[in-house]
Amino acid sequence: MESQTTYNYKVVRQFAIMTVVWGIVGMLVGVIVAAQLAFPDLFLWDGISWLSYGRLRPLHTNAVIFAFGGSALFATSYYIVQRTNQARLFGGPLAAFTFWGWTLIILLAAITLPLGITSGKEYAELEWPIDLLIAVVWVAYAVVFFGTIVKRKVKHIYVANWFFGAFILTVAVLHIVNSAFVPVTLTKGYSFYPGAIDAMIQWWYGHNAVGFFLTTAFLGMMYYFIPKQAERPVYSYRLSVVHFWALVSTYMWAGPHHLHYTALPDWAQSVGMIFSLILLAPSWGGMINGIMTLSGAWHKLRTDPVLKFLIVSLSFYGMSTFEGPMMSIKTVNALSHYTDWTVGHVHSGALGWVAMVSIGSLYYLIPRLFGKVNMYSMKLVELHFWTATIGVVLYIAAMWIAGVMQGLMWRAVNADGTLTYSFIESVERTYPFYYVRLLGGALFLLGMFFMAYNTWKTVASGSSEEADDAIPAPAAH
Amino acid sequence: MTVVELNDIRAWHTLLLLILFLGIVFWAYSKRRKKSFDEAANLPFADEEQHKATIKKENMS
Repeated sequence: MESQTTYNYKVVRQFAIMTVVWGIVGMLVGVIVAAQLAFPDLFLWDGISWLSYGRLRPLHTNAVIFAFGGSALFATSYYIVQRTNQARLFGGPLAAFTFWGWTLIILLAAITLPLGITSGKEYAELEWPIDLLIAVVWVAYAVVFFGTIVKRKVKHIYVANWFFGAFILTVAVLHIVNSAFVPVTLTKGYSFYPGAIDAMIQWWYGHNAVGFFLTTAFLGMMYYFIPKQAERPVYSYRLSVVHFWALVSTYMWAGPHHLHYTALPDWAQSVGMIFSLILLAPSWGGMINGIMTLSGAWHKLRTDPVLKFLIVSLSFYGMSTFEGPMMSIKTVNALSHYTDWTVGHVHSGALGWVAMVSIGSLYYLIPRLFGKVNMYSMKLVELHFWTATIGVVLYIAAMWIAGVMQGLMWRAVNADGTLTYSFIESVERTYPFYYVRLLGGALFLLGMFFMAYNTWKTVASGSSEEADDAIPAPAAH
Repeated sequence: MTVVELNDIRAWHTLLLLILFLGIVFWAYSKRRKKSFDEAANLPFADEEQHKATIKKENMS
């Protein structure tokens, strides 16, 4: 008598659509702050503190990481956990609560950050009342996700769920520990931890926000959508198991590389550097596993723009997970730290890996969520792919060159020991690269507008089985 | 005295983690696991029916 299992797609649709919306918002703010750096005199709102660089920059980072990236993760994890466990989302209205709760958090961030209400902790700027709300929503997320795994109809827990599960658990721990504030007023709290300990906790949080929020979780996405789009199981399931355990146990310890040559004890800096270097192995193991899934089906890359997004995202992942360990070496860090090289590294990961794997996954997901075969226009997906790729390459190349130049100028000394260049000279020399970066970022944003239009047409179009480029049914044979 | 003991703990701890890692590798690559890993690897392709039922129920297509 048991009726057919159906999935909760409503919450997945909501998060999927909002991923596109928040992507545009977050990247638009990014383009605005890039323009502020390139043309400091351009803006008529000069003097309005709400719109100053210092207020908008955390708005950009929070919007792209937690609003765009977060929504993409909610959407894909809710989709994958249902489909691979063959069970409807656990907890009934709790899933809807996570959507509205997360949306409220994003809106609160969009109001408080421009007002200058901030804890000053990078990627954890939101003040304590919002932090409490995040904790509540996150616990609800964990209940829905793990509850669904518990009631699964299959024997095994597919590897993508392991990655999402580690991400949900770790982010809960990181967020709660790093957000330990002593509240003073409704909009101001002070960190519970003193001095260098606070810095260490902050970057233990900060790096694992990268390691678990922006890496582990998106690897979960990769382990589902690449096999689906390539129509073949992952290259090596065994490697994916080793990949999982090696990655999650190593990432935890890499944070101190953000604090080289600071008041942090030397041994802690060395631990961070060594673990960052070890991270290269699991990172590349995962990348190879994803790319090799196409083994025997490489021709699909020529014609399938969704697969292009997914595979190129892994290439950027490989690049930035080589670059990261290299930059964590103390002597390299002495050159790269505080320069735009760091900004280039972050965006090679954030745009090249996180955004492109999300975009590729959404191009797979959106038509299926709305009962369609494909996106409205696959040509537009192809155009989006090239716009985004050229945008990322311009962005990161400009920031690499700018960063190395800045590092070299800042460390140059004359024979008598005085500095060769003043700081402002390095800023002046950076302007051409800021123009290129602005162009790269604007191209990436343009691609998101293509995506929004394509999504709109896909959702609105009446036809379902007959997509514009569907292959005509072959004659009977 | 205490310093020496602490370093002993560090050495044993490192060795323990190495053994743990090798254990995971041998476990994952053992012949015994092959069948269940193959089953797990095909899970993304095993639920078209439920997906279609969901779309049909919600009258999406």
